Amino acid sequence: MLEIKNLHVSVEGKEILSGLDLTVNAGEVHAIMGPNGTGKSTLASVIAGNDAYEVTSGEIIYQGKNLLDLSIEDRAREGFFLGFQYPVEIPGVSMTNFMRTAIDEIREYRGQKPLTAGEFLKYMKEKKELVEMHAKLNNRSVNQGFSGGEKKKNEIFQMAMLEPTLSFLDETDSGLDIDALRIVAKGVTALKSDKNATVVITHYQRLLDYIVPDFVHVMYDGKIVKTGDRALALELEEKGYDWIKEELEAKK
Amino acid sequence: MSKANEIAINLKQNLLSKIETRIKVNADNEGAYLSKMRKKAMEEFDKLGFPTIKLESWRKTNLKTFLERDYNIEAINKPLNSKEADTTLMCESNKYDTDLYTQFNGQWMKGAEGVTTYENGTIVCPMSIAIIAFPDLIEAHLGKYATDSNNALTALNTADFSEGYFVYVPDNIEHNRSLQMVNLIDSKDGIFANMRNLVIVGKNSKLRMLHCDDSVSNNTSFINNITEISIADGAKLDFYKLQNKDNESAVISSTFVKQGADSNFASNTIILNGGLVKNDTKVILNGRGANTDVIGLYLMDGHQFVDNHVHITHAVSNCTSKQLFKGIVDEFARSVFNGHTLVAKDAQQTIAYQNNNNIQLTKTSKIDTNPFLEIYADDVKCSHGATVGQLDTAALFYIKQRGICERNAKMLLMLAFVGEVIDKIELPNLRASMAELVGKRLKGELSSCDQCSITCAEPDKPIQFEIDMSKV
Ligand SMILES: Nc1ncnc2c1ncn2[C@@H]1O[C@H](COP(=O)(O)OP(=O)(O)OP(=O)(O)O)[C@@H](O)[C@H]1O
Ligand SMILES: [Mg+2]
Repeated sequence: MLEIKNLHVSVEGKEILSGLDLTVNAGEVHAIMGPNGTGKSTLASVIAGNDAYEVTSGEIIYQGKNLLDLSIEDRAREGFFLGFQYPVEIPGVSMTNFMRTAIDEIREYRGQKPLTAGEFLKYMKEKKELVEMHAKLNNRSVNQGFSGGEKKKNEIFQMAMLEPTLSFLDETDSGLDIDALRIVAKGVTALKSDKNATVVITHYQRLLDYIVPDFVHVMYDGKIVKTGDRALALELEEKGYDWIKEELEAKK
Repeated sequence: MSKANEIAINLKQNLLSKIETRIKVNADNEGAYLSKMRKKAMEEFDKLGFPTIKLESWRKTNLKTFLERDYNIEAINKPLNSKEADTTLMCESNKYDTDLYTQFNGQWMKGAEGVTTYENGTIVCPMSIAIIAFPDLIEAHLGKYATDSNNALTALNTADFSEGYFVYVPDNIEHNRSLQMVNLIDSKDGIFANMRNLVIVGKNSKLRMLHCDDSVSNNTSFINNITEISIADGAKLDFYKLQNKDNESAVISSTFVKQGADSNFASNTIILNGGLVKNDTKVILNGRGANTDVIGLYLMDGHQFVDNHVHITHAVSNCTSKQLFKGIVDEFARSVFNGHTLVAKDAQQTIAYQNNNNIQLTKTSKIDTNPFLEIYADDVKCSHGATVGQLDTAALFYIKQRGICERNAKMLLMLAFVGEVIDKIELPNLRASMAELVGKRLKGELSSCDQCSITCAEPDKPIQFEIDMSKV
């Protein structure tokens, strides 16, 4: 579904991703872990199409298409979803209008007929229940005045609404209480199928108790340096990242 | 001397001789009081001439290119032909649920040409009639508020005006029908006109008005209109102004307001379009407990120009005022905001707030903003601020990541930006229509029929951003 080959990315002349490879197939759940500032969010942003970053070489193939050729919105319409590490507050734009506009455009892109206002509201209600989101959030401006946890839940709500094929969830578990974590995980699990895939970026292995990954990757210095299964997450939790660095040094 | 310059000089001379003749002819009808006022104003205008950018208050507003055009100063007195009358008749059904009074190329349309007297005693009529029919009210109010004596355009208006609207609400009346006063220009004649309006709201009365400056086709016109407003003790006036002029039109629209104790003035000006638009709003808070809100919104593009000047005087203590103007300026357009709040020495316990926020969409557009406080009292709460910014790129990225195209992403942010002003409109129909008009304007979909606020066409389907949860 997603194939990233030798991806190099810089911002303001500074290289942040330096030869990253990653393959994700339908039906899989991947976890990416790694120390602060190693480029995890940058990777997610580049896949989403954020033009603050310059792709200097490498390629990203998504469902057979060269993703780098597509606009931000077309990537989203093709089924890519990014759960932001820092969801943006948009004063004056209500959640309802925001989601309505998004769904209308995505359906149009896919040649589906638009939902009526009634159908849309019914659909939204279902998804809200799925992520146990309070009704009142819908009439508020997007993320404005939301607590940290509410913002993260709102990302999952949007993911549920948009039914993406490939989701990157960037630290969606950070700042969540145990109940919220369970709800988020439940949302992700409920949306999982053999046709879509999820990549979670996280610092905590506890998320992986709820969302069981098929692969765990360690990112270091702009590259994926190690890939394992769930046991790797436990090992990282226990031992930290020093041993990875040592392993890398030894290889050199 | 250049041809253009010559035209401007001739314009002044032609106006002066027209005024002189008119004063003589009308001396008997208008009464000595008005003749005297006009004569004095004519002399002032003669002395001052049209304002130039050498004057401090006109430094940013250059009328030159608009004055150096061929105008017909008599065109405004031309009776409508039957075809024109028919065209506008089509527009009689209006969607704002207001009582419509339309002036088309200066002439009053059917139904508005005489004196309308409501059961509660409220009167609406053409200014030309009011001068004759209600001389006492006219003498007591006309020219009493528009008193900025060194403004040539005020002088010119007083000297020359022949038409406009007159609205009178007696004391203790809650007038429940909103009045919509439309000044629609659609003429190839090169109309140059001075129009004068007077609104008197009696003690403890309430009125809501929608004032529309419209023009439909891209024909040259220059409209200088003045609205004088008296709001007596305990009275409330909501004054919405919608301006939708074409790019060849200049409109100078000045509003002078005097407020009594515990009175309320809420002015909301929405400027969708216009070659040159200048709105001066001058308010004097003259009785304790008075409140005034002067807010507005401008959306300019192309080579359009807008100047909003708000001057609020806190003459006495315990009054509150608020100024809020928001603008989106695109392409080569320019906007000017001058906010001036004057707090007199004894105006203690004043609360005054001033704000002007702008989104500058292009580097080639230009925004000037000058919020200004002049305070002589010591026990006051005053604040002012101004911002010029771009659309939030992080928000744009976030919105587009959800599958929304660049254009609609910008639209969502712009509508959100202007929402603060539109949400203040109290009439639900009007609020919805304004939101729709603004949405269309931002999308560049304002059709020629929308250009006219008395839209006769079927209201379009609601724009996709608007789902009112309360109605579902
Ligand atoms: N727009 C930008 N401009 C300049 N530097 C940037 C920009 N975005 C990211 N960086 C830098 O790139 C590096 C990687 O940042 P990134 O946010 O991808 O890290 P991360 O792995 O997600 O870290 P964390 O675990 O703290 O979220 C950091 O050094 C960061 O400062
Ligand atoms: Mg990060």
